[in-house]
Amino acid sequence: MTQEELTTLEVTKSVDARGTSCPGPLLAAKKAMGEINSGDVLEVLSADEGTKKDIPKWATKKKHEYLGTVEESGFFKIFVKKG
Amino acid sequence: MSDTVEQRLEKLEKKFNELEDSRKDQLTMVVMSDDLDKMLAAFIIAVGAAAMDTKVKMFFTFWAISALRKEQVKQAKGKDLTAKMFGTMLPKGLRQLKLSKMNMEGIGKHMIKGIMKHNNVSSLDELLATAGELGVDIDICTMSMDLMGFKKEEMIDYPNLGYAGVATFLADAGESSMQLFI
Repeated sequence: MTQEELTTLEVTKSVDARGTSCPGPLLAAKKAMGEINSGDVLEVLSADEGTKKDIPKWATKKKHEYLGTVEESGFFKIFVKKG
Repeated sequence: MSDTVEQRLEKLEKKFNELEDSRKDQLTMVVMSDDLDKMLAAFIIAVGAAAMDTKVKMFFTFWAISALRKEQVKQAKGKDLTAKMFGTMLPKGLRQLKLSKMNMEGIGKHMIKGIMKHNNVSSLDELLATAGELGVDIDICTMSMDLMGFKKEEMIDYPNLGYAGVATFLADAGESSMQLFI
């Protein structure tokens, strides 16, 4: 997805994991994913740069679809569609 | 007479299924060190794997088992002199672990803990609690328990705590897709 598409994406659930470090954002994403339905979009906010690489790996393993990352000042918005 | 294509396919399919079934999505880990830094690595990997829905089995052996002791002051009764000495000199619980380098009589350890807090890294206590919630199994090596003279009543309360020997580790490691020694 392009950056523009990502910023206008309809998000079902957003989880703010900026107050945690690895593996905190992953745990937050796992928990939030359990609360939404297949096809819903989850947004993960993380200040940890590693999460950018971790979430796509996790998504692939869990058969979710990684949509992309938007970089804000000092944190990242990572979008994943539940599989 | 050589096999028909169907027969060969069938054999291949059987072999493929065998291979696919032989390795579970499981991580087995030997934790031997009682260094704070190594223990931190062990628990971050364990919790991360559990977050990815990988089954995690940790085997605590030798020095590492003292990290799973309660922080109680009194030692269990019925110990000989060596066991008492081990009991006194080794760390009691995760909070008493030292850094493998730059510990500087505990100054380095406190500095690291401060930096970890500043960077929102979970403490070992928090990681252990999360591991428990996520169903990470911990087995303690009974042979090491006997060597150090530790008793079961001296060990922490953890939801998935067990006691086992090397065969349990080997059997679990054999069916795991990942094995680590820390």
